[in-house]
Amino acid sequence: MLNIAAGILLDGLAYGMILFIISVGLSVTMGLMGFVNLAHGAFAMAGGYATVSLMQGLGLPFLPALVLGAVLVGLASVPLERLLYARLYRAGELDQVLLTIGLVFMAIAVFTFFYGPAPRPLQVPAFLRGSVDLGFRSLAAYRLFMVVVGALLVAALWFGFERTRLGAMIRAAVDNRRMAQSVGIDVDRLFTLTFAVGSGLAALGGGLAVNILGLTPTFATQYLVFFLIVVAVGGAGSVKGAVVASLVLGITDNAGKYLYPDGGAFFIYAATIALLVARPAGLYGRE
Amino acid sequence: MAANSADAAAETAAAYLLRRHRWHWAEALPWLVAIGVFFAFPDYLALGTQILIWVLFTLSLDLVLGYAGVVTLGHAAFFGTGAYAAGLLSARLGWGEPISALAFGALCAAAVGFVSGWVLLRYRGLTLLMLTLATSIMLYELGNARADVTGGFDGLAGISLKPLLGAFDYDLYGRTTYAYALAVLFVLFLVARRIVWSPFGQAVIGIRENVRRMHALGSPVHRRLVTIYTVAAAMAGAAGALHAQTNAFVTLGALGFERSATVVVLLVLGGTGRLYGAFLGAPAYLLLEDLLAKRSPEYWEFGVGLALVLAVLFARRGLLGLLEDAGRALARRRP
Repeated sequence: MLNIAAGILLDGLAYGMILFIISVGLSVTMGLMGFVNLAHGAFAMAGGYATVSLMQGLGLPFLPALVLGAVLVGLASVPLERLLYARLYRAGELDQVLLTIGLVFMAIAVFTFFYGPAPRPLQVPAFLRGSVDLGFRSLAAYRLFMVVVGALLVAALWFGFERTRLGAMIRAAVDNRRMAQSVGIDVDRLFTLTFAVGSGLAALGGGLAVNILGLTPTFATQYLVFFLIVVAVGGAGSVKGAVVASLVLGITDNAGKYLYPDGGAFFIYAATIALLVARPAGLYGRE
Repeated sequence: MAANSADAAAETAAAYLLRRHRWHWAEALPWLVAIGVFFAFPDYLALGTQILIWVLFTLSLDLVLGYAGVVTLGHAAFFGTGAYAAGLLSARLGWGEPISALAFGALCAAAVGFVSGWVLLRYRGLTLLMLTLATSIMLYELGNARADVTGGFDGLAGISLKPLLGAFDYDLYGRTTYAYALAVLFVLFLVARRIVWSPFGQAVIGIRENVRRMHALGSPVHRRLVTIYTVAAAMAGAAGALHAQTNAFVTLGALGFERSATVVVLLVLGGTGRLYGAFLGAPAYLLLEDLLAKRSPEYWEFGVGLALVLAVLFARRGLLGLLEDAGRALARRRP
């Protein structure tokens, strides 16, 4: 019984970490520019395919392929941001939704054309396969790896946001963009940078997720609602909110799938609605 | 349709306001085309019926998104509610009279629209977007959880209808269902047109254009938004009920996110806030899909995405706007 509970908790934590790594970039860009980016899942999907391709095409090992894939996707997102997104910062959310839905359609079509609709498997290195014996019980190695990577990223992002000059600039711009601009912060450049880092993180999450969630071109939309829930519930622009919302969502969804497979998801959406009605800006968002 | 500014200046404001919503001869075109299709393409009436249903669904979204400016990603909630309400009435309770079942579907959808709208329409931006999205997915998951009632992923089968008005039975070519769908669309279009040009409809446009000003004027913004949202939900429910009745089958896809996204795409490609955008966007999209999607789904999906991106950047008024621009360019060339 305790073993099952621990297993559910660890699986949920690993899943929550994936949600966090993918969603945090979306949260910060939404908080910074108020841009509703439904194409964020496409960057995660691109990261998954980049990792698979780098491993199979160039024969890179898993970890370098993962990091290189994330960097490539982050770089590729810069021209997209400059050419398309930047034109719609001042537009209404309908235009932003439409543009990014269009981009998602195009991304799914392109990846289906080149990779086919079937799931792409990914061979993780030996030390991440099997399970780790902790003495009192054994745990799936990959899930443990996910939790460790997630925790490291949370720490790194916390440090970046709270303890560096760049982080202070981003926080200032999220709080009050005009004020930040008038004290000399180049918000446009800040946003391009944040967008690239956020997309890169999404790609990293996408690459890490292949082994747990699988990889097909529909990945771009399949988990999109969850990324959006993380952002809305946690509060746009809040890293802390994204951490809390991701972990709660990951653990609840996972527990629901084990304990109440038919109706579990229903309660997640009901809880999301209740929370947003009570706190429209999310847990840690600014009104 | 709309008078240009030079004309408007020449006459009094009152005459202009009266003239603005008078029937224009071009407004007969979609109906003539729809009746023409009935006689000219008897083999395509099944597709034609589906197009009419999508037009009705898109028209209902136009009231919310185009006129009230409420950006929703969960409009399928009402379509699905109407579809399941009408479907369950026939499949589980054996009620086969189609028009009352349609009304019941619309009523149930209106109830969902009223309750959800009353709660959600206080919010704006990302929160509202998420709330509409979560509402529709919650209903989808409810349908999934209660598969014993709804049939779940296998779909709800066993919907059978009595002859329409007790006289017209259903034939293999779908002539009756086509005429039925066209009649429902026409009646509900008249309702929508009446609403849009009424003082209430103009107040709703005011909310879209400047909500703060409407508040300052003392306009009951929330009540008006809930009203238009409920009416649109009822229309979407009627479209869903037609969908269930003409296919004799409902799946959870009727409530799915994909349907909510598709209907937004149809409306935007046709043109928002104009009533007739639905009549251009839905047929154009569905006919092209029928031609292209089966042969090369990737090209089709890429094309739709590209069309959306281009529409947002360069043709924000949709096909209707492009047609108008072309018409104006032609008129200018003529002396």
